[in-house]
Amino acid sequence: MQKKLIGAILAVVLFGFGGMSFAETIELLNVSYDPTRELYREFNDEFVKYWKEKTGQAVIVRQSHGGSGKQARAVIDGLEADVVTLALAGDVDAISERGLLPADWQKRLPGNSSPYTSTLALLVRKGNPKNIKSWGDLTRVGVQVITPNPKTSGVARWNYLAIWGYVLRRELGKDYVARLKNPQDPAVIAAQDKARAFITKVFKNVPVLDSGARDATNTFVQRRIGDVLINWENEILLSSNELASAGVEIVIPEVSILAEPTVAVVDKNVDRKGTRSVAQAYLEYLYSPVGQDIAGRNYYRPTSREAAAKYSKQFPKIELFTIDDVFGGWPEATRVHFADGGEFDRIYIP
Amino acid sequence: MDLKGRRRRVLPGFGITMGFTLTYLSLMVLIPLAGLFIMSSRLSWTDFFSRAVLDPRVLAAYRLSFGAAFIAATINALFGFVVAWVLVRYRFRGKRIVDALVDLPFALPTAVSGITLTTLYASTGWVGGLLAPLGIPVAYTPAGIVVALILIGLPFAVRTVQPALEDMDVELEEAATSLGAGRLQVLSRVILPAILPSILSGFTLAFARGIGEFGSVYFIAGNMPMKTEIAPLLIIIKLEQYDSLGAAAIGVVMLVVSFSMIFIINMLQFWSRRYQ
Repeated sequence: MQKKLIGAILAVVLFGFGGMSFAETIELLNVSYDPTRELYREFNDEFVKYWKEKTGQAVIVRQSHGGSGKQARAVIDGLEADVVTLALAGDVDAISERGLLPADWQKRLPGNSSPYTSTLALLVRKGNPKNIKSWGDLTRVGVQVITPNPKTSGVARWNYLAIWGYVLRRELGKDYVARLKNPQDPAVIAAQDKARAFITKVFKNVPVLDSGARDATNTFVQRRIGDVLINWENEILLSSNELASAGVEIVIPEVSILAEPTVAVVDKNVDRKGTRSVAQAYLEYLYSPVGQDIAGRNYYRPTSREAAAKYSKQFPKIELFTIDDVFGGWPEATRVHFADGGEFDRIYIP
Repeated sequence: MDLKGRRRRVLPGFGITMGFTLTYLSLMVLIPLAGLFIMSSRLSWTDFFSRAVLDPRVLAAYRLSFGAAFIAATINALFGFVVAWVLVRYRFRGKRIVDALVDLPFALPTAVSGITLTTLYASTGWVGGLLAPLGIPVAYTPAGIVVALILIGLPFAVRTVQPALEDMDVELEEAATSLGAGRLQVLSRVILPAILPSILSGFTLAFARGIGEFGSVYFIAGNMPMKTEIAPLLIIIKLEQYDSLGAAAIGVVMLVVSFSMIFIINMLQFWSRRYQ
C-alpha cells in the first residue's frame, strides 16, 4: 500500500517535471500473475534504464498482480494493459477471443511467447514424515494434498495436468508422446482411464480447495494444514530460506510438466495509447541477456542457452513434457478437463 | 381539494420526493437487477434449468447457502435477543463499549473477519485446537460457514430488537407479575408478542445478508464442491471461466428464492402485528 502510494506520488512528480522540462514520459501497464512480483520489480528498473539510454524517453512501468484468470478478466473488462505476462497461454487466448489481440499472438515472440519457463515443486513438512518423493505418493491414504481449484487458479491447472501427464508417462513408457498421437490405441485409452482414476484419488486427498496459489500457500504454511503443497518451482525456490525456517522442505518430482508462462502485447490498447513500440521492446528485452539473467536470478528457467547454463545448478535435472505434446495445447486441455462438465467437474460428482 | 387540509411536511412536495425515490431506487436497485434478468434471458429455458437449477453441484451450493444462512439467522435471533435484553434492561460498567462492539462486524472488512475466524477455528487455532480432539471440526466444514454467518448477522439481530425493547415499558411486566403471571408467562405472553415483529425483521435481515455473504465465508469454508461450496463462490467460479450467462442464471435463482422467502417472512410479520 505504502509502496503503491510512493509510486503514485513519484509518478505524479515525474510526470509533472517530465511535462515541463523533458520530452514526454511514457507509461506502460504490465498486467501479470501473482509470483512475478519480484521478477518484474527488478526487470522494470533495468528496462527503464535501457530505454532511456536507447531513445532518451522516460518510461514508467506500472505493475498489476493477481490470480492469472482474474487478471485476464480485468483486461477483458477494460483494464488498459499494454502488455500481459500471464501464467498460461489459455488466459491470453481468452483475451484474444474478445478481439483485443490477434489469434496467432503466440507466434509473434520466440519460444511460443514464453521468455522464461518454470515447473512445479512439492513442499512437504520438515523431515518429510510421510516420505513423499513424487506424484505417485499423492494418492496414498492419509496423505493430505493442498492444491488450489483448477477452475480459478492458473498454477492449479498446471498441477492437475502434471499429475495426469505423469500417469500417462508411467503407463505408456518412454515413447508416450508418440503413442498419444493415436488416441484410439487401446493402451492409450487404458492409460487415460488410469490417469482419471489417479487424479480422482488425489483430489479425494485434498481437504481445502483454495481459489489461488497464495491462498493455498497460506493454508499450508500458516494454518499447517496438509502434508504436501504443490506450487510453482520459482515461487518455492525464491522463498526457500523463509520456508526452511517455517519447517518445510522442497521435493521436485522427476517427471513433470514444462510450465510456459506467456507474454503478449495487447494490440487494441497499445494502438489507442500509442505505446506499441515501447511495449514491443519491453517484451523483447525479456529475451535479451539482461532479461534472461534476471529471470534466472528469480528462479525462472531461462530459455536462452547461455543463461540456462549459468543457472542450471539451481534447477534439478528432471524430465519435462509440454502441454502441446501430451494434451494437444491449451484450448483442447481446457475443453476436456476444465470446462463445465469436464473431467475435473466429474471428480466431484458422486 | 382543500389545500389547507393537507398536513405540512418538512420536505417539499410529494411529487418531487416520490420522483426522487423512484429515480434513486431505479438507478441503485432496479436497473442492475433488471440487467441480471436480461443477461440470463439470453439463455434458453432448458439451458437455464440445466445450468442453474438441476445441476447437482449448483443444487448443493443453494442448499448450503440457504441452509447455513437460515441456521445462523435463527441462532442470531435467539442470542441477539439476549444481547439486546442485557443492553436495554441493565446498567453496568463498560456498557457503552459492549454496545459499540455489537456494531463491529458491520465495520470490519468481511475478509478480515473470515481470516480471523479461520485462524481461530482451524485445527491449529485456539478454539479449533480445543474442539478438534473432541471430534468437532469447525473450519472447512459447513459448521464453519454458520459461525462466519453468525458473526456477520449479529448486528442486525441486536439492532432491530433493541429499540422495540426500549419502547416497552417495564410497567407492563410489573403489571403482569402483580396479576400473578410467572416468569415464563411474562416472557411468552407479554414480552415476546410485543417484540416478535422486530425479532422477525432482525431474522430476515440477518438471513438475507447471510445468503449473499461471500468475503468471510470464502476463507473458512474450504470450498469443496458438493460439500462446502457456497452459491456466491460458484458465481465467481463461473465468471472466472468467462461464463457470465451461467453466473447470471445462478444470481437470478438466488434472487428469486431469497425474495420469496423474505416476502413470506414479511407476511408473517404483518400477521403477527395484526393479531397482537
